Amino acid sequence: MARLLAFLLLVSPTPWSQAKEAAPAAADPALEQRVMTLAAELRCLVCQNQTIADSNAPLAEDLRNQVREKMRQGSSDSQIIDFMVERYGDFVLYRPPVKATTLLLWFGPLLLLAAGFVVLVRRVLRRRPAQDLEINASERKRAAELLAGNEAERR
Amino acid sequence: MNRFVLPLAIFAALIALLGVGLTLNPREVPSPLIGKPAPHFELPQLHEGAKTFTEKDMLGKVWMLNVWASWCVTCREEHPVLLDLAKGGGVLLYGLNYKDKREDGLAWLKTMGDPYRLSVYDVEGRVGIDYGVYGVPETYVIDKRGVIRYKRIGALTPEIVKDKVLPLMQELGRG
Repeated sequence: MARLLAFLLLVSPTPWSQAKEAAPAAADPALEQRVMTLAAELRCLVCQNQTIADSNAPLAEDLRNQVREKMRQGSSDSQIIDFMVERYGDFVLYRPPVKATTLLLWFGPLLLLAAGFVVLVRRVLRRRPAQDLEINASERKRAAELLAGNEAERR
Repeated sequence: MNRFVLPLAIFAALIALLGVGLTLNPREVPSPLIGKPAPHFELPQLHEGAKTFTEKDMLGKVWMLNVWASWCVTCREEHPVLLDLAKGGGVLLYGLNYKDKREDGLAWLKTMGDPYRLSVYDVEGRVGIDYGVYGVPETYVIDKRGVIRYKRIGALTPEIVKDKVLPLMQELGRG
């Protein structure tokens, strides 16, 4: 029994063995705020659906450090974005720039909406208005009777 | 009958579009570095840490830079291709040991064989960032003027080497 316990203790995921040291918070919270704001705009290329602010991939960490260092050196946000784009292309930007190659990306949805609207308008216009019903004397009489019957029932 | 043709056509087009999308590899991001000068670096060599190597040493030559690491699984897959490439001795293949421990990198080359003329040691991955590295292994072909002409993200295969890399290097060598 004691052996079994010892074994279980050995294999169980123990909180004390997994505790990790927290990453040192930056000395300057304002700078850190700026780093994270910009990092949230940049795509991590290892895990492509995450920003480098969200990702724990080593590359994302490196890139965050790079951003932090550049900011310390006095680079502006747009300078840092240019730095990243030079190396990784527009793909690093979560908000791709409007260019000839991205026109469809930006305006495609609008185009679809417009196309849908055109189809809708054409359909509605094509639908002919309902024709006036011609009824003859006997039908009119029958209708009057039915209406009268209704009146009678209601009373 | 006619009224079904248009929706069906749109549906078929959508399927075709999505079908093509499935065959693309989202990892292969077109590199903005192609046609641009290779970013400058000066790094210590892996074997002899006191000596450095820079891309400027290679001006006037067509060469290949291969980014590798001992922790990289795909590099293991690629390694025989590199060894094969280096066998003839005609290809100037240089390595960039990326975010690795020096002893691990050296041990890897010892056990697996060393296809590189030499490897440089980029422990912090700074040069990697300059070269837009995000998925090791990556390979660059750099021409005589120091311009990047080709980049491969992921492992080189014998087909890619035969059909793309070697013809390109030969062509650049003539020019």
